[in-house]
Amino acid sequence: MTATATMDASGGGEVLRTRGVTLRFGGLVSLQDIDLTMRRGEILAVIGPNGAGKTSLFNVLTGVYTPQEGELTFIRADGAPVSLLGRKPYRVNRLGLARTFQNIRLFAALTALENVQIAAERAQRSGPIANMLGMPWARRDQKASAGRAAELLEFAGLGARVNELAGNLNYGDQRRLEMARALASDPEVLLLDEPAAGTNRVEKEQMAALIRRINEELAISVLLIEHDMRLVMSVAHRVMVLNFGRVIAEGRPEQVQRDPAVVEAYLGAAEEDAENTRETGDAVGREDADE
Amino acid sequence: MSSFLDYLTLGIVLGSMYAIFAIGYTLVYGVLQLINFAHSEVFMTGGFVGMIVLTEFAPSRPHGFPSVLWMVIGCLSGMVGGAAIAWCLERVAYRPLRKAHAPRLVFLLSAVGASFFLYNLCGKLFGRTPIQVPSLYTNSVLFHWPGTSVEVRVNQVVVVGAAVVMMIALDRVVNRTKLGSGIRAVAQDAETAGLMGVDIDRVVSRTFVIGGLLGGAAGFLYGYAVSGQVVFTMGFVPGIKAFAAAVLGGIGNVRGAMLGGLLLGVIESFTVPLLGSEWIDVAAFVILVLVLMFRPTGLLGERLGRSA
Amino acid sequence: MSGGTASEESFRRPKVDVARLRRDAWYRRPRWRRLLGFVVAGLALAVVTGPQGAGSTALMSSLKATFTSVPRLGVCVGIGVLLWAVREFGAPLRAPARTAQDGVARGVAPLRRFYAAGVWPKLAVGALVLLAGAVIPNLLSPTWQVVFVEQMGVYLLLAVGLNVVIGWAGLLDLGFVAFYAVGAYSVAFWTGSLPVQPPVVLNPFVVIPIAVLTCLAAGLLLGTPTLRLRGDYLAIVTLGFHEIVYLVAKNADGFTGGSRGTTKMIPHPSIHLFGLDYNWMFDPLPYWYLILAFTAILVVLFSRLENSRIGRAWTAVREDEVAAQASGLNTVRYKLMAFAIGASTSGLAGVVYASKVGFINPDNFPLLASILVLSYVIFGGMGSIAGVLVGTALLTLLPQWLKSYVPAEDRYMYLGGLLVAMMIFRPQGVIPSRRRQREIKLAESGVGGADATGAAGGTTS
Repeated sequence: MTATATMDASGGGEVLRTRGVTLRFGGLVSLQDIDLTMRRGEILAVIGPNGAGKTSLFNVLTGVYTPQEGELTFIRADGAPVSLLGRKPYRVNRLGLARTFQNIRLFAALTALENVQIAAERAQRSGPIANMLGMPWARRDQKASAGRAAELLEFAGLGARVNELAGNLNYGDQRRLEMARALASDPEVLLLDEPAAGTNRVEKEQMAALIRRINEELAISVLLIEHDMRLVMSVAHRVMVLNFGRVIAEGRPEQVQRDPAVVEAYLGAAEEDAENTRETGDAVGREDADE
Repeated sequence: MSSFLDYLTLGIVLGSMYAIFAIGYTLVYGVLQLINFAHSEVFMTGGFVGMIVLTEFAPSRPHGFPSVLWMVIGCLSGMVGGAAIAWCLERVAYRPLRKAHAPRLVFLLSAVGASFFLYNLCGKLFGRTPIQVPSLYTNSVLFHWPGTSVEVRVNQVVVVGAAVVMMIALDRVVNRTKLGSGIRAVAQDAETAGLMGVDIDRVVSRTFVIGGLLGGAAGFLYGYAVSGQVVFTMGFVPGIKAFAAAVLGGIGNVRGAMLGGLLLGVIESFTVPLLGSEWIDVAAFVILVLVLMFRPTGLLGERLGRSA
Repeated sequence: MSGGTASEESFRRPKVDVARLRRDAWYRRPRWRRLLGFVVAGLALAVVTGPQGAGSTALMSSLKATFTSVPRLGVCVGIGVLLWAVREFGAPLRAPARTAQDGVARGVAPLRRFYAAGVWPKLAVGALVLLAGAVIPNLLSPTWQVVFVEQMGVYLLLAVGLNVVIGWAGLLDLGFVAFYAVGAYSVAFWTGSLPVQPPVVLNPFVVIPIAVLTCLAAGLLLGTPTLRLRGDYLAIVTLGFHEIVYLVAKNADGFTGGSRGTTKMIPHPSIHLFGLDYNWMFDPLPYWYLILAFTAILVVLFSRLENSRIGRAWTAVREDEVAAQASGLNTVRYKLMAFAIGASTSGLAGVVYASKVGFINPDNFPLLASILVLSYVIFGGMGSIAGVLVGTALLTLLPQWLKSYVPAEDRYMYLGGLLVAMMIFRPQGVIPSRRRQREIKLAESGVGGADATGAAGGTTS
């Protein structure tokens, strides 16, 4: 496998690798034979029409679903490979894969700070008794996680919203809060499920900037599912295209954009929408109209 | 051998009663994904209404055809009583919560409260001591198992027969009628079903009514033919067992509930020779916990939509 | 449609006609259907408040009495109609009510701000409550003192414990009293009051940690297999657990003494330490102080816990299990923690109760008791310690006052009704917890609303 790890513009060694992953629900094949290789430090975008299996891929990677076939490997910073198969979602998170959700899932009745804090203190040692008795180390933990959470909120541009309830934030802020929460678990790979869905152009640009900063300043690899081609083209180092649960193309953004199979997949989808435009770029750039 | 058949007979009788009782849990779970804790009170109502009708209206010792007729009337009135209570339950304790998008805990608590209210109300209205259900005929031996001396009595045949008729009818309703397809649609995906024009309120309400009909019948059969008496707390223990049966078969799955009920009845009946009659109630709970631990989706799997 | 004038009137007129055509018969219109509903509710009120039935000797006596006593029936239906009228035509009444409410809220606001300002006001309020709790029973008659200890006190402890399980972790535990029984039987065992003799006979005080640990272990044992499942199964499994504990207590004659219960009296707790000699005897007051002390300690410890990382994790698990897992929380562990903490608190209450009353038997621990604690917690406000304490105090003391007006056995019926009514009209309770209230508000407007008891379904693919 190391042979395939030719150095890319963006990349170090591998950080995530799937081989032959197949996921079925009853008779329905959701993912078929997915080979994915992600290098440390890159931004890899997974695109594809709706129902192509993108979110299923995320759910397989994060332990929500277990695939019937295939292997999932996470390569730790020290180079040791760890299988992700059969790991519970929280264990996957602790290994260093944090995710966001397509349909935002925040703890709506908690404040923005508390939302992030929960992830920041997920692996702290202080137990119930120490916390009941207010032991000094429990207090230290508490202070540390609150500080870390505030820092991350600042990083995500939510510095002014720290004490607001997550449920009362606007859509774009909720997306960024979810990203801050995912960052709080100190991931090596961040999985973003349509982070720009339902946001306006300005917010999309901010989101692209944030993703780039996460990648560059925090040195976190990003696996991105996105519909918005403009965003994908502007941030992704590499693009992988899924259709009907299979990988139909992979490569640099500009290559993929010209790939006939991709054009076909997207045009086909667009024609069904009766809103078909002849121009490839536009068709591919079709925004989540079916959300 | 003969005692084996004895316990088997007993188990099948108990089991068929649990089966029709369990269907109420499973149907409601199918459409709402909620345990209807108050279903045990539907059972109790069925027992009481049947008992009252028989006590107040039936002649003291009908013979021949009239006794059969009164049996049917008693059972039907129990069913109607059960259905009425189930309908009220849905209307009062569930629907307002559905409208408010309440968290699930709130539903459970509301059902627990309703159950508590209903059985204590029954204790208040009809007294808290057990009441005999008048018998319509002599519970004589109908036949022996071939080649053995194991007896099968009229009441046992009545319970099993009634349960079989009801299960077949229910299976028809769920699989063949428009209401049935509505129920299955809501069970699979309530939101989509609603968008497709299924009147969810009506489907939910009728699901409760169907469950109530069967639960009421189970209550009547239990009161009349199994224990011979009714008491305001009679729903509680059979309720947990019927629920265990529903889980055993795969909650949300109608055929699963039937199978689970029968199995549970048989297992329970064999607890008596193995452990002693005082532990009979423990068997159901132990089975429940074991099933939940090792096969939480039950024997036949969970979905009402798929394999009902 | 007939064209001609394009004025607004001509656009509107057909609409009105359509509306008129669509109109249902008058009795199907919402207002009159609601009247029917209220009349039925009035009838139900008459039935519920009717006389106690006589059982098999006069089967229908209660219903007959209700439906033949026209004045009472009239009053009840009248109440229903009156409520309907207020609902339908009470708009003019509502405005002053609203202003009054606002006025009260404004009046209370500074107090609230003062209370929320920091730790000191809370401590001051707590100290005042504690002081009141210490002084008031001294002024009461001995009967009431017994009520304070055996009715209210023990339930205060239970409610504070159940609050952790249901209010914070969102787990429905219907077998809570089973742990209470385990605690009580532990003390009976270790003080040598059961048919089986313990290795050493201990003072009830020394048994407290043992009983608490026993309950903790029982909680872990029961919780480990069930808590990884969907939340609503827990309710039924705990119900089953209660039944098992009850049956074991009742049937295992050689160990628990069967339905007769303890064979000897459980000794009262006593302290012989550093020259301090004190023995809790039959007098209820010392027990009250003991309970007060335990409750105060637990309240302090638990409220610290609520505001710690563990309390936050519970909220996360309760609100959205999938997101909590994705954030790295081992949700089963946190649920188990809450379940076990609740179980041990329940066990503590059991020790106190058993050593006060001296004799216990299985019927001291009916399922009823679990439902009672549950309704106290919910009435007061799940998740809010103040609410839980107030709710328990009100609902345990109120029936004592009403004893002469309302038959004691009807209490449970009314509690059940109260539970349903609370769920419909005020699920957050009398004194809601901040987080719970926000959750319910957000759920009504369609945000969140996932609950740990729920089948927090997998993410959509």
